[in-house]
Amino acid sequence: MADIRPSASIEAVESGLAAQGYIASRQIATAVYLAQQIEKPILVEGPAGVGKTELAKAIAAWRGMKMIRLQCYEGLDEAKALYEWKYAKQLLYTQILKDKLGEVLGGAPTLEAALNQLHDFGDVFFSKEFVEPRPLLQALEQPAGCVLLIDEIDKSDAEFESLLLEILSDFQVTIPELGTVVAVAPPTVILTSNSERDLGDALKRRCLHLHIGFPEQKLEERIVESRVPGISQTLRRQMVSFIHEVRTLDLKKLPSVSETIDWARVLVLLQAPELGHEMVKDTLNVLLKYEADIEATMPQVSTFIAKASRQNVFG
Amino acid sequence: MRENLHRFFRAARGAGVRLSPAESIDAMRAVSKVGFTDRTILRDTFLLTLAKTQDEKKALGDCFDLFFDQPEPQSPPEDGKADEQDAEGSNGASDSPGDASGGDEQAEGLGQLAQMLLAQDRNQISAAIANAASAASLPDIRYFTQRGIFSGRILDQMGIQRLRDDLDNLAATNPALAERLTNALDGLRGTVRDTVSQALMLYGREEAENLRNEILRNAPLSRIEPRQVEQMRHLIRQIARRLRERYSKPRKRQRRGHLDVRRTIRRNAAWGGVPFLTAWKRRHRDKPKIVALCDVSGSVARVSDFFLLLIHSLHEVVDDVRSFAFSGHLIEVSDVLESKSPEEAMAEIMSKVGFGSSDYGNSFDDFERQWMNAITPQTTVIVLGDARSNNLDPRADILRRIAERSKRLVWLNPEGRMAWGWGDSEMPRYSTFCTVVRQCATAKQLERAVSDIVASYQ
Repeated sequence: MADIRPSASIEAVESGLAAQGYIASRQIATAVYLAQQIEKPILVEGPAGVGKTELAKAIAAWRGMKMIRLQCYEGLDEAKALYEWKYAKQLLYTQILKDKLGEVLGGAPTLEAALNQLHDFGDVFFSKEFVEPRPLLQALEQPAGCVLLIDEIDKSDAEFESLLLEILSDFQVTIPELGTVVAVAPPTVILTSNSERDLGDALKRRCLHLHIGFPEQKLEERIVESRVPGISQTLRRQMVSFIHEVRTLDLKKLPSVSETIDWARVLVLLQAPELGHEMVKDTLNVLLKYEADIEATMPQVSTFIAKASRQNVFG
Repeated sequence: MRENLHRFFRAARGAGVRLSPAESIDAMRAVSKVGFTDRTILRDTFLLTLAKTQDEKKALGDCFDLFFDQPEPQSPPEDGKADEQDAEGSNGASDSPGDASGGDEQAEGLGQLAQMLLAQDRNQISAAIANAASAASLPDIRYFTQRGIFSGRILDQMGIQRLRDDLDNLAATNPALAERLTNALDGLRGTVRDTVSQALMLYGREEAENLRNEILRNAPLSRIEPRQVEQMRHLIRQIARRLRERYSKPRKRQRRGHLDVRRTIRRNAAWGGVPFLTAWKRRHRDKPKIVALCDVSGSVARVSDFFLLLIHSLHEVVDDVRSFAFSGHLIEVSDVLESKSPEEAMAEIMSKVGFGSSDYGNSFDDFERQWMNAITPQTTVIVLGDARSNNLDPRADILRRIAERSKRLVWLNPEGRMAWGWGDSEMPRYSTFCTVVRQCATAKQLERAVSDIVASYQ
């Protein structure tokens, strides 16, 4: 059992993702490794901006696969997610082939014979020719496999979840007129959710459940390092520990990794040598997205900066 | 190893993680891919495959740590791997005489357990405990009262009988060795007790909790002990969640019924009155509106406390709740309950109106003069009290007017039916005006009463 050396393969996942600029924690790497091994979708939950969507992009880039993205929203249905008939094309073809049809059936003496002859042509008008594949069907048809990202599944209706179940468990869909379409190569499926509503148990059961929270300080420093290469080590450490202090406050929207990266970019642009009081106050709006949050944080800024620079000395 | 995984799954279920067989199969497959070599990876694997929410992840993580942690920290190789223990156990058994005789010649002629204890081989002892534990089917432990039985069974399995005989013999021939053995036996007892306690924590938690909740549900609310109040609040919140789940979903509306002729004609005016689109009459369903009058005097106060907590945790189901508390006179308490935590709110309410002798007549009078317009034909009025008005004027006429204005008038009485009408109880006079009168002394009765009230709006 243990001869496959899983820890080595998990490290390989970690470094593979890192090469694409995605610094994954051990748990994320384990999830990606397992998803590949036991062919299960990953359901990623967590606050906004911690890199749920990025994970899918990084996997696609690392494996050199195409990424197909399905953005969910309220009212998303089969016709937009799975497939649609090209009605116009069907109509057009019927019109054009009308004469031809007359010729074909011309030789038949009785109605019954004509019908039988028609049967021989099969379902010409309900063939793949007239199916417009939408993201889900596209993902199944990729010959080299792909990464299918079903983004913000919690935004879609509960009915849409049920539609996904067949794809998630068996990598196939059933189109009534055509039959069952089975995946050429099973895609890697990533579902993301902000927990806006609770997902059904049936969906959860079919997935590996990965929760990405705010990263630890060391990990976040590495993320900033890989995403904003121009930043000095002192500043990086100070700003990350500052953000970790901010996250202990009771805020409406805590700053997440994407805000950290934005802030790092801003600080580099402003050529800040280290975290200064004025600098922070001026750029706090990059980090916090609500007026009330900024007001709550303002009085604490000096304390946090002091803590951050102290930690920098000892850490 | 598979046996062990199954045991872990059972422990996880006990810890409150809902595992379906399909999930445990997934976990098995995942484990077969990652192996058992790295403990953190194994832990992550279980968290990924089994737990589906944050809470479950935490519970499962704790359970994992507990499960793969043996009471004897000095014996790392035994980390929950039964098959290895089996192997070691049997090896140990064959080795032990040699060991013991090498270390201590006096141990000759003693039982296996005695030799093991004297040799102080921790690995071997803990392996023996693990073997005995599985022979005594320790994972079947459910209640804390079973601890003694299981400890006894494990010690029996390990051969304590032989040890006692040895002790008796040694006491005469070699008192020093006997004392050492007695001490070692005490240590062994302690370890076994720890093993059993841990197993109880792993496997017995769910049962114990169910049992406790069941007892609590049927306990009279007015007489529960202070230490149980917190548990009871927890239980009430559970009940509220259950009621919310049951009633907050808009039931699929019945689409077919009577044709709404007027709307159909108007809608199809564009087609010259040919009815392409039909419009059906829909039943209008309103959310419950509740006015609650709660007696907070003496023994009824505790029941009122829980009742108000329950009613106010039903936001999604109940549209509009106005609560009033009274003993001598009546005040509105909705705002206090909405803005503060249950404990603070109750304390404030009690300081304002609590602890007086109840005067139902006066309180109803207060209500009629100030808040009568809160009652509409859609309102359910709930009165919670024992109807003991200290022989003062009961003012049943006001209650009649309340009943006439409201949709329903429900009286919940914490006293048993036998006591109604005895002494200063005015229950028979009041009950003539009530739509429903029920006894409401336990959490179970409370749940049923509130459930019925909400259901009448569905």
